Amino acid sequence: MRFGIVTFPGSNSDIDAYQTVVEGIGEDAVMLWHKGHDLAGADVLILPGGFAYGDYLRAGAIARFSPIMREVGAFADRGGRVLAICNGFQIACEAGLLPGALVRNAGLTFLGRSVRVRVENTGTAFTNAYAPGQVLRLPVAHGDGRFVADAAVIDELEGEGRVVMRYVDAAGEVTAEGNPNGSMHNIAGIISAAGNVLGLMPHPERAADALLGAPDGLRMFESLVARVTA
Amino acid sequence: MSRYRVSVHIVPRTGVLDPQGHAVADALHSLGFAQVRDVRVGRHVVVDADAESPEAAGTAVRAMCERLLANPVIEDFEIASIARP
Repeated sequence: MRFGIVTFPGSNSDIDAYQTVVEGIGEDAVMLWHKGHDLAGADVLILPGGFAYGDYLRAGAIARFSPIMREVGAFADRGGRVLAICNGFQIACEAGLLPGALVRNAGLTFLGRSVRVRVENTGTAFTNAYAPGQVLRLPVAHGDGRFVADAAVIDELEGEGRVVMRYVDAAGEVTAEGNPNGSMHNIAGIISAAGNVLGLMPHPERAADALLGAPDGLRMFESLVARVTA
Repeated sequence: MSRYRVSVHIVPRTGVLDPQGHAVADALHSLGFAQVRDVRVGRHVVVDADAESPEAAGTAVRAMCERLLANPVIEDFEIASIARP
């Protein structure tokens, strides 16, 4: 199984994603330059973290017009799985692959630390290796991670079980204290209506090696392998 | 065709929490500007463009806002002025 990892000018988590795929789960990975139009036969695409185009205008606003995004959109329309992490999530929202938007953290500061997120839906291609309600420790590294959407979109996401991950406190509860950036409904990750595009602000690819602490992110990659090769 | 300078204000939509605006409002209060009720911090974009008329320049920049310059999920925009540069 082959993961395609898109590198935009300003991506900085693309190599972490590559290493997680190749060394963490022993699958094939190929780097895809944003100016290309060839997805190199990838079975799953990753839009990685970083600061594509310096976050000019808005995070993700310019990257969505990168040449490869036309192929990424067509791939998603065909039902191809896309894992959009951090800046990738921002790009996916700007591109309309996911609803809502990610704006300046409520506390106005850049956050670079470990957070707790609870897996709210284990029926997805990205989360089937987790236990229902499992609380993960994952790092965040963002200045614009506050998820917002209008009330109708929030209702739809909640009603359809498309809030896949939520920030929680030390007790595993959804509280303001457990919400690092002020996201509506403590939303850390959502999935598309068709269930094939997942966006999340925390970095599973940076929590994929036991040497660096709990490898809670690795299961997301294992979930994809289990589903795609099934 | 003439050249026009179109200025656009882009601000966080009403109802979208604007922590920058709140922080600025707090700072203004601490400076003694007690009359401040609300502040929203946005962007000001100036586009120089060729167009047949000021109206056409405004229409074009409005389309640019809808496609790129503003994100309708979180931002409102208004054209502040259209003038000859």
